[in-house]
Amino acid sequence: MSFVATVKRELLLACRRPAEIINPLFFFVMVVAMFPLGVSPKAELLSVIAPGVIWVAALLAVLLSVEGLFRADHESGALEQLLVAPTNLYLPALAKILAHWLLTGLPLVLVGPLLGYMLHLPVSASSTLLLALLLGTPTLTAIGAIGVSLTVGLRSGGILLALLVLPLYVPVLVFGAGVVSYAANGLPVMGLLAILAALLLASLTLAPAAVAAGLRISSGG
Amino acid sequence: MTDIPVLQTRALRCERDDRELFAGLNWCASAGEIWQIAGPNGAGKTTLIRILAGLHGFYDGSFTWPQWLQSDADPREKLLYLGHKAGLRDELTPLENLQWWLALHAQQADPMAALAQLGLAGYETVPCASLSAGQKRRVALSLLWIVDKPVWLLDEPFTALDADGVTLIEERLRQHAASGGLVIYSSHHRFDDAVRHVRLGGKQVELA
Repeated sequence: MSFVATVKRELLLACRRPAEIINPLFFFVMVVAMFPLGVSPKAELLSVIAPGVIWVAALLAVLLSVEGLFRADHESGALEQLLVAPTNLYLPALAKILAHWLLTGLPLVLVGPLLGYMLHLPVSASSTLLLALLLGTPTLTAIGAIGVSLTVGLRSGGILLALLVLPLYVPVLVFGAGVVSYAANGLPVMGLLAILAALLLASLTLAPAAVAAGLRISSGG
Repeated sequence: MTDIPVLQTRALRCERDDRELFAGLNWCASAGEIWQIAGPNGAGKTTLIRILAGLHGFYDGSFTWPQWLQSDADPREKLLYLGHKAGLRDELTPLENLQWWLALHAQQADPMAALAQLGLAGYETVPCASLSAGQKRRVALSLLWIVDKPVWLLDEPFTALDADGVTLIEERLRQHAASGGLVIYSSHHRFDDAVRHVRLGGKQVELA
């Protein structure tokens, strides 16, 4: 009940404020577009750095968007209502993470292969890039949500959030960029994709509990 | 059952930033009573309400809800808490905001009648951003008509309300107490001689 209601509410909120969906996507595209301009437009160089560039840009886009996950709820007092409700916070937290990924993470996944094409990533690696982003970005959102729940009441929470969360993003970055490089070189990818899937399952099942605890700590409970 | 207090605090003490807000609060509140938490600004009225609502964990002493100790029900199921922020998202309409609350509290109710009663007919599907502060407060307070809970913890419920609104809420608080509920609200406004009060901010907490 609280899960469905929260998902519905989040989607509705996003429809009323579409900039929150579009801005991370623009950020992602623009950061990736800076690299051919700043580094070199040579195809052989770009195709080598493409997996890392796309993954770092996606990671930063998720980090930026996840920062607002609880901000408006905190400022309006709706978060307090969530905390006093006689419901297990796990489900609403999971709903928030999933809805937020649907709105900000999924567009990144869909645009990723296009950006790969722009950076001369071999077309044979596109499907792997899509799969890797599909498995990796929800993990990033879930881990980011833990950091947000701990920094929600703080005035300068943004930088602290990055310091808290970026180290935790390293495994996703390593395996995510790694699997795309493997695919570009024609190596088998299933093993690394399985690791990404394992990271996703672990973070999706554990993060909501951590988010719930983090929100209680932030509110002073 | 009636002589068991609903709320009992023992030597409740809270400090904030090394400043003692209140100490030695031994307080019993029973069903059918209305309690005002009074005191000057910064005396800890909001903090006390948040402690009782389970939102603030940094205090000494203890408080219990003796009537519900036997049952293993979550005390939050008995509490309706309205903070000094209305708790409404500006992008959502009053109806959507209330529906989310009802889902969280697992309550089945139709908010339309309560909204109409508070003079918000016609505003049910207008985003809260275009409502005035008083209207937003009315939306939040409409829960007093919708939700069925024995204990109400209201932080500054009369803020931004006009005279009619204040009368309406006072009437509702009396009704709730008369039907065996407990109302605890923080405000400077004491609307009835029957309202008992906890006065914070002095050297000692006064109960009367």
